[in-house]
Parts: sequence; C-alpha cells; structure tokens
Amino acid sequence: MHAVYSFLTGPLAWVAFGIFFGGIAYRLVSRALLARKRDTAVFEYWSFYHALRSILHWICPFASVNSRRRPVLSVVTFVFHVALLAAPLFLFAHITLINEAFGVHWWFMPDGLADVLTLAVLGACIFFFVRRKVRPEVAYLTTAGDYAILALVAAPFLSGFWAYHQLPGHAAATLLHIFSGEVLLVIIPFTKLSHMFFFPFTRGYMGSEFGAVRFARDW
Amino acid sequence: MNDSSNWDWNPGKRLIAPIGAWAATYGWVEEPVMSADGEQVAAVVKSDEAAFAACVNGEIWEASFDRVWNLRFTADGRLTGLVNDGGMWTVAVDGQAWESTFEYAWDPRLPANGGPIACAAKNGSEYFAVLDGQPWETTFSNLSQLATSLDGKHSAAVVQTVDFSEGDIFKFQEGCYSVAVNGQVWKRNFMNAWDPIFAPKGDRLATTVRLTLLETTIAVDGEPWPGTYSAAWEAHFHPAGERVTAPVKTPKGWQLAEDGRILWERAYAQLWHQLYSPDARRLAAVVAPRFGRWTMAVDDQPWKTTFGDYVSDPVFSPDGKRLAAIACQDGRRTVVVDGTPWAESFDMVWPPVFSPDGRHVAARVKQDDRWRIVVDGRPLPEAYTTAWDPVFSPDGKYLLVRAVEGSGAEAVCQRLVRPLNDIRG
Amino acid sequence: MLDEPRNTQEQIYDSGIAKGAERLTPEKIQRVIQEMLAGEAGARLKTYVETCVHCGLCSEACHFYLSNDKDPRFSPAGKVKQTIAEMVRRKGVVSVDFMKKASEIASTECNLCKRCAMYCPFGIDVAFLMLFVRRICHKLGITPQYIQDTAHSHSATYNQMWVKDDEWIDSLQWQEDEAREEMPNLRIPLEKEGADFMYSVIGPEPKFRAQLIYQAAVIFNTAGLNWTMPATPGWDNSDMCMYTGDNDMMARIKKAHFETAMRLRVKKIVMGECGHAFRSIYDMGNRALGWRMPPVPTVHAIEFFYELLSTGKITVLRKYDKPVTIHDPCNVIRGRGLHEMLRYVAHAICEEVIEMHPNREHNFCCSAGGGVINCGPPWKMKRVNGNKVKAQQLFEAKSKGAVTCIAPCHNCHGGLEDIIHVNEIGMDLKFLGDIIYQVMEKPEQA
Ligand code: HEM
Ligand code: HEM
Ligand code: SF4
Ligand code: SF4
Ligand code: SF4
Repeated sequence: MHAVYSFLTGPLAWVAFGIFFGGIAYRLVSRALLARKRDTAVFEYWSFYHALRSILHWICPFASVNSRRRPVLSVVTFVFHVALLAAPLFLFAHITLINEAFGVHWWFMPDGLADVLTLAVLGACIFFFVRRKVRPEVAYLTTAGDYAILALVAAPFLSGFWAYHQLPGHAAATLLHIFSGEVLLVIIPFTKLSHMFFFPFTRGYMGSEFGAVRFARDW
Repeated sequence: MNDSSNWDWNPGKRLIAPIGAWAATYGWVEEPVMSADGEQVAAVVKSDEAAFAACVNGEIWEASFDRVWNLRFTADGRLTGLVNDGGMWTVAVDGQAWESTFEYAWDPRLPANGGPIACAAKNGSEYFAVLDGQPWETTFSNLSQLATSLDGKHSAAVVQTVDFSEGDIFKFQEGCYSVAVNGQVWKRNFMNAWDPIFAPKGDRLATTVRLTLLETTIAVDGEPWPGTYSAAWEAHFHPAGERVTAPVKTPKGWQLAEDGRILWERAYAQLWHQLYSPDARRLAAVVAPRFGRWTMAVDDQPWKTTFGDYVSDPVFSPDGKRLAAIACQDGRRTVVVDGTPWAESFDMVWPPVFSPDGRHVAARVKQDDRWRIVVDGRPLPEAYTTAWDPVFSPDGKYLLVRAVEGSGAEAVCQRLVRPLNDIRG
Repeated sequence: MLDEPRNTQEQIYDSGIAKGAERLTPEKIQRVIQEMLAGEAGARLKTYVETCVHCGLCSEACHFYLSNDKDPRFSPAGKVKQTIAEMVRRKGVVSVDFMKKASEIASTECNLCKRCAMYCPFGIDVAFLMLFVRRICHKLGITPQYIQDTAHSHSATYNQMWVKDDEWIDSLQWQEDEAREEMPNLRIPLEKEGADFMYSVIGPEPKFRAQLIYQAAVIFNTAGLNWTMPATPGWDNSDMCMYTGDNDMMARIKKAHFETAMRLRVKKIVMGECGHAFRSIYDMGNRALGWRMPPVPTVHAIEFFYELLSTGKITVLRKYDKPVTIHDPCNVIRGRGLHEMLRYVAHAICEEVIEMHPNREHNFCCSAGGGVINCGPPWKMKRVNGNKVKAQQLFEAKSKGAVTCIAPCHNCHGGLEDIIHVNEIGMDLKFLGDIIYQVMEKPEQA
C-alpha cells in the first residue's frame, strides 16, 4: 500500500504534472506555429484590448446575452469552474504535500469550505450529466467521451471527499484519488478539456475580429 | 513611345483654351481631357438641346451625336470618343465617325503609336472586335477582354465558342470559351480565359486559362503549359517575345513562373504585375513578402521597405536602372523609387514618370482636391483644378505641365514648359 | 446513424450535388479531405473542432434550429457534428452519401451569419467551419447547381448575373437617360478618373433592379458629389465564389474590383445596399489577396447615407409617413457595426420606426444570406421554413403597426420577400435608397 502511495505521489506525480504542463506548452506552441503558417489572420487581427474585453464578458456570469438567457446554467458553470480551480489549489492537504516536497506554501482554505466546493463540483457534474440526458440539443451532441470526461472530472473530487471524510475504504480512496487526479491532469491537454487553455485564444480572436474589424460586440 | 522631340519645348506658359468660358457657350461641359503634347484640350459639350459633341480648344466638332463619351486622345493626338447616333454606336476620331455603326460599341483601345483604333462591338447577338471601323469577319455569342498589340494592328479577345443555357453547370465545365486572335479562334476551348496579352511584336498571344474548376495555367498561342496551378495571374512576354512569365500559386505561395517552370524561387503572399526593364535585363513585380505588406521585388529580391495598403503602377526608367511605383500606407499615397519613398504623401498619386536619363521622377498628385506636380518628391508650388501627367522633354531639360488653372468660369487650360534646373533650384 | 438521410424532411434533388456525386468515389473523397486537413486546415479549424465542449449553448443562436422545432441537427454544433467534425474524426473515410448531405448542410442550412459565434462561450466560428466544408465540396465538385452557376458567371463575366460588358454600360446609360427626364442635368459619370468615389453595385442591379441605380444617381447628383462608375468588368462587388469555397475565384473577382477602383484613382468605393458584397470586399476577398484591409476604403450605403444626411448634403422634405421596421443585415451589422448609423438614417427619413427584437448585433439573419438563396428554387421552401422566427418577428412588428420593412441588403430583400409572401405577412419591403429618393429634397423642389 505504502509503495503504491509513494509511487503515486512520487514518480507518477512527476509524470502527471510533466505531461500536464508540457502538454499544454506543446499544444499552445504547436498551435501557434500552425497558425503562423496557415492562419495569419489570428495574428494580424489580434487586438489585446478587444480580446480581453470579450474574454471578460464571457467569464463573468450574466455579462453576455446568452448567459442572461440561461441563468441557472450560468450560475452552475461559474460555480463549477471556480470551485474546480480553487478547491485543489487552496486545499490544505495539497499545500501540505507541496510544502513537504518543495518547501513552498500559500494560503489555504478552511476544510469546511473545501468540502462545500467539492460538493459543488460534484453537484455541477450531476447537473451537467442530467442536462446531457434531457436537453435534446445537448444530447444530440453528446458522445461517450463527454460522459467519460465528466466522470474523470468528478472522480478526484469524489474520491478526495471520500478519503478526507474517512468513509469506508478511505485508504483505497486516497490512492484512487491521487490516481484519478493525475489522470485528469494528463488528459486535460489532449481532450476537449483543452478548452481551459484554448479559451482565451478562441474567444480573444473572435473578440478581436468583432471589436477591431467589425466594430460590433460579440457577447 | 511617341516622338516628343518636335513638340514645343520653349519654356513658358501658354494658354490652350479658356475652358471655364465654355459653360456659358454650351451649358453642358464634361470633364476635360488633354492631348499628350498639351496642345489640345477637349470635353464633351452639348451642341444643342439634345445633341452632344466634343469641343476641342474651343472648336466644336461639326458632327453632333445623341451621346458622346469616353473622350480620349491617342498618343499621336487624335481625339477619339464613343458616339451614338440614332441608336447606333461607333467610334468618332477627330469628329469623324467610322462609317460602320453597331448596335453597341465599347471598350476602345488606343495604340501606343499611330496605329489603328480598336473597340468591341455587337449586332444582335453577334459579338466581334472592330479595327478602324473594320469588323472581324467572325462573330461570337459573347466577347470580352479585348486586347491589342502595341502597334494596334492585331486584336484579340476572350470569346464564347459553345452556347450553353444558364444553369447548365456541367456544360460550362466542359469548356465553352476560347480566345480569338484577329477573329481566328484558337482550336482549344477552356472553362475560362483571362487577360489575353500580345507579344511585343503582336505575333504571339498568351492568356491565363482555367482548365477545370481547380486547375489554372497559362496558354500561349492556344497551347497550355504542361503544369497547372490553383491560380495564376496575367502573363507577360519577354521583350524579345519568346519567353512568357506569369505569377502562379503553388503550394508554397505565389511564385513567378516562366514557360511553365518556376523562375522565382521565393514564395510570396502575393505577386503580380511583373514587368521587364526596357533593356530586358531586369524583371520586377509587385509582391507582398508577407500578408498585408507590399513592395516591389526585382529579380526575386524584394525591397526592404514595405507598405501596408498597396503598391501599384510600377515603371522602369528608360535605362532600366531605376524602378518607381505608387505606394500607399495608411490611406496616404506616395511614389517610391528603388525602395525609398518620397518624404511627402498625398491623397492620390498618378503613375510616376521618369526623365529619359532616368535621373528624375515626376508625378501628378491630388491633395485636398487640388492637383499638383511633384518632381523628385518636391511638389511644385502651383496647385491646379485639374492636371495631367507631366512629360519630360527628350533631352531631359524641361518638364511639360498640362493643367487647368482657376475654377468655374475663370478656368483656363494651360501648357507650361518648365526648365528642370528651375525646379531643382 | 450519421449516414442516414434525415427523416424529418424529404430529400431535395439538386443536380449540382447529385450529378457531381456520381463522379465521386470514397477514395477520392478520402484523398481530398485528407489533403485539405493536412493542407489548408489551419489552427482555427483544429482548435474549433477540438475545443467545442458539446454544451449546445450555440443552438438558440440559429434561426434554422429555432424554426425547425428545435431539431438539434439544425443547431450550429449539430451541423458541425454532421460534417467537418465527422470528417476529422474519420480522417476522411466517409461515404458519398455522407458528402452529399454535408454539401446540403453547409450550403443550404447555414447562412454563415455568425450569430452563433456570439452565443458560443468560446466564440467558435461555425460559419468558418461551414465554409471549410463548402470548400471541400467545391474541391469534390458537389456544390449546389444554382450557386455554382453563379460562380461560373463570376468567372466568365466578372459579375454575378452573366451580364455582358455592353449590357452593363448600356443599362447605366439607359438609367441616365431615364433620370434626365426628372433631373435634366443628371449624370452617371462613367470612367471619370480622379473622382472622389467609385459607386459599385451587384450584378442583379443592372439586370433586375435598375431603378436602384437611377435612385442612387439622383441622390448623388442632388448632393453634388464627384463620383464615377466603371464601364469595364470589375464593376460588380458581389461574390458568390466566396460562398462556394472557390477562394481563388473569389480572389480573382475582388482583384478586378479593387484594381478598377485603383485605376480610376478614387479615394474610396461606395457600395450599394448589399451585405454579402460588403463582406467580400471588407473581410474575405481582400484577405484572400493579401490585403489586410481593403486597399481602397470601402463604404457601405448605410454609412454613406448617414454621412450625407448628417452633414446636410441631402435634406428630407417630408418624412416617410408609414411606420417602418428595420431588418439588420448581418454582414454589415455583425460584420461592420453599422446598426446605429442605420437607425440614425431610418429615423431621419421616417416618421416612425418600430424595432424588431432581438435586433442590432443580435438580429436574426433573413435566411437568404451566405449564398443560401443563391442555391435557387430547389431549396426555397427549406430556406423559408428555416426562418419561421423571422416571420414571427415580422408579424410582431406588424402587430405594433409597422407597414414597411427596411432591409438595406439585396439578399435580405430576396429572403424577406419570400418569408413575407409564404407566410402572408403583408408588409412592404424597401431599401434605404427607395425611401431617401422618395422623401428627399430634389433640386427643382428646393
Ligand atoms: C498529484 C495529484 C494529487 C495528489 C497527490 C492529491 C492529494 C490529495 C490528498 C492527500 C488529499 C487529502 C485526502 C485526505 O485528507 O485523506 C486530497 C484531497 C482532495 N483533492 Fe487531491 N490530490 C491530487 C490531485 C487532485 C486534483 C487534480 C484534484 C481536482 C481537480 C484534487 C481535488 C481534491 C479534493 C477536492 C480533495 C478533498 C476535498 C475535501 O476536503 O473534501 N486533487 N488530495
Ligand atoms: C481555466 C479556464 C476555464 C475556462 C475559461 C472554462 C470555460 C468553460 C466554458 C465557457 C464552458 C462552457 C460550457 C458551460 O458553460 O457549461 C466549460 C465547460 C466545461 N468545463 Fe471548463 N473552463 C475552464 C477550465 C476547466 C477545467 C480545468 C476543467 C476540468 C478539469 C473544465 C471542465 C469543464 C467541463 C467538464 C465542462 C463541460 C460541462 C458539460 O459537460 O456540459 N473546465 N468550461
Ligand atoms: S446560420 Fe448563422 S447561427 Fe446558424 S449555424 Fe450558420 S452561422 Fe451559425
Ligand atoms: S456553444 Fe460552442 S462549445 Fe458549445 S456546443 Fe456550440 S460550438 Fe460547441
Ligand atoms: S442576407 Fe442579409 S440577413 Fe442574411 S446573411 Fe446576408 S446580410 Fe445577413
């Protein structure tokens, strides 16, 4: 058990983070090079002001027309994403691990809040799942992959929660947690979760074209 | 070009016509045109209630027409216009309409020297070209892109050779167009043919042709190059008339090809309007080395300076050593010579003109709705209501300025010969 | 499942697609798609396809989706799923039937209006993707017949309507003659080098809507403007090659257009009330040639009328007295942000303006744009039925009193005309020029 734990928190963690950061860097750089070659427009018409303007309108809930038209979804996604990013980043357990390994640490949140955020993510995943089932326009687009990714996103939260609350089988849950977290990190660069780092570019490009060339809003 | 040595090169200003006063006489005066030597100015005027004619230096044509338009002087000073009389169209030269008339006549082509004048014409659904009133013997169901040789003696055009009904896309794709040279149609049909151009002597003809939706190439005397490209711009003959170059789009970008082989290795975001220096030693083209930046390339070497809007109307000096073009940046135009733009820029610039020795470049420009003449980047002090391209004297000592001074009833058309020393001062 | 024809509607026969497909083999399809994916498909295409999270948020942007009982196959991402995403996923191994349907979807179920880019959180440009599909279809030779014919016309005549060189000049001179009955000194100055602007129109104007040229001439002459029109090919600013994916032809006809303006040494091009032509000149055609922005600044009629009215160059004698509503053409609203100028003009010339909602950048396309109306009669009912939301909007405007709909775009006119007719809405359609011509102060009235 301990060997597995060491392996998961040692070599495999290195590999996972390596692939995560390396993968993101690779994807961004290779995409930028491709754009240089074939989509000069992206560079030619890029306007930081208009890109940022558009990104902000699409990050803040209710700042776009479509977001106002779907208040429930807007709140859920917003909470989902904030919790998704904040929970692991400011989790006491995570920071402790990092501190032990690298001697760096930062603000951590009370565990109670972490619980709330975790549950929020899990709740949102259920919401997304149901939405995929019941909304015909979403169901039509949904592939098995979408469910799998949803499950992979939920997995570290579920198992982390399980482990933290010492629910039955928590030892295995801890291992599962770490493993699933690593799997998630690894797939982010290579699946639709790449939207995490492509978002500023797709949105920013559209914001630039609309703002600087078309003189129109895009939200 | 036309021999300008026998023009009046005595320095000074000469009144050609008080064109502002014409309005009082005729009531209707259209924009004037001036002959190359600056001796004649003409405009379409109303000769009476519903008849039009050209007024030349104050003299009105004897004949009048239901409509006169597209007045232009040939290089040797003949005044041509398209005229309609009683519903039939033809070309009038110095007030004399061709004897043959047509249901419609258009697109007059004036020779560089004293040769014939050509135009496109039609009767009923028959289309053809006309040279000095003489129609082609063959006719076609459509004709466009008329081209003439330098001496004006040969004419060619893209013609429709196979009829198809609108909407018959498959028939169209089999090739229903070709090129007719002096009325003789090429053997082969193409899906499209564009920009026919004669060899300098008029004995050969090249054109861009589309063989299928995806394959474009150059055909010379009806024979396409072996290779095809996704696109190609207009072809151009070597001054000796043997070789043909054309910009072609390859997977790398735009490159210049010669006789079906890549001539310029460098690939550009755009490349067009290639031209040879008069001595045929150098070959230049308008290029965009990268998206959105424009300049000239000489023998595949782009100038270092690039411009954002466009570069156009390139011209070599007579000795072939220098190259000038119009360059536009941020909506302001100027002349760029050998990669160096003039310091000042203007609302509008006309194609630059070299002195015979190639040492000076002049151009007419427009700024705040006033025309000026600029020599080597320095605007002459006078501003005009209208001006035409300046002309250098054959010995390069004088500059002929043709312009309208004053406006309204006061407007006068002048011919000024200025010593270049004066200008350089 | 993707290869099955849709059961919700009967199959429509289009000889361009059907006969073109007879010449296809799966091998050829695979080769062309793979070439396109390895070649022209750039970072945008890949990123859009990979980034889409399948959230369906773009659905309600699209009038086709809303008008087809929210059939998800008509949603923007739904169209991507049935076309390019599948081609990418299967690396081009798709059937002939698949491609026939892809051609139909890309050419007749998307107006390239870009409304969905304003509803997708990522700004995924489905119009761009549908254009890419059309380009693949162009390479495979399965473009719908009518629009392909139009593209052929562009290639043979440099205009959209097979207008011959003489017919063009003749119709301008004929309009000039007609207009001189009303305004004896009027001119349509042809080939006037150095004029302030070149006026350019689309192919159908000399052929079917010559009165628009007449009206423009009266407006320009009244305002005392220094303008010209070319008497050579290159006069037509329209561009269906842009919509068939024939990018090289698009470039060729735009080159002719811009070089005509450059030859005439005009400071700008003023164009008539057309949306797609504006897109071609301002956005796509110039870029295809390597021009970042149009080499000769291009002003759409809305903006030009705005200038003329706001500077007092033309004055309104008596405003148009019937209540009007405004259709915002996507190509100049989402495409150039002219919505406020459009409203300024509408209010300056009309007594009462009743807005349709949503409007401005959020307008619904007329369903004719993007080359869809140019796919011709076979697709007409599908197009009209694909825009019930527009019919609904028009009904609402009518119930609030609107009698006339202003649509400053040719395609919109065609599209709205069909919508109004089929749905028996009973509304007049007008261009801004129609109304300005009618209400402005003309010289003899001054
Ligand atoms: C290298 C990978 C990771 C390691 C080594 C790791 C380690 C841990 C540890 C040790 C705990 C505490 C469990 C306990 O107290 O028994 C924990 C909790 C948690 N982790 Fe991770 N984790 C990793 C990745 C992730 C990722 C990628 C996420 C989410 C995206 C995540 C989310 C959480 C959550 C939500 C909790 C518990 C929250 C709660 O208090 O309810 N972890 N993790
Ligand atoms: C950091 C920047 C990120 C941004 C700006 C962002 C933005 C978005 C947006 C705009 C959506 C649209 C759909 C919706 O609103 O439901 C979305 C969906 C989603 N995001 Fe993110 N995201 C980010 C990071 C992440 C990360 C790191 C993950 C997971 C590890 C993630 C997982 C998801 C999932 C699973 C969905 C789809 C929900 C569904 O199934 O409908 N996101 N994201
Ligand atoms: S029609 Fe408009 S909203 Fe619909 S998919 Fe096409 S671009 Fe998007
Ligand atoms: S809104 Fe954007 S991300 Fe969501 S399904 Fe549509 S295209 Fe994909
Ligand atoms: S036709 Fe009109 S409404 Fe439709 S896409 Fe074009 S501009 Fe938009």
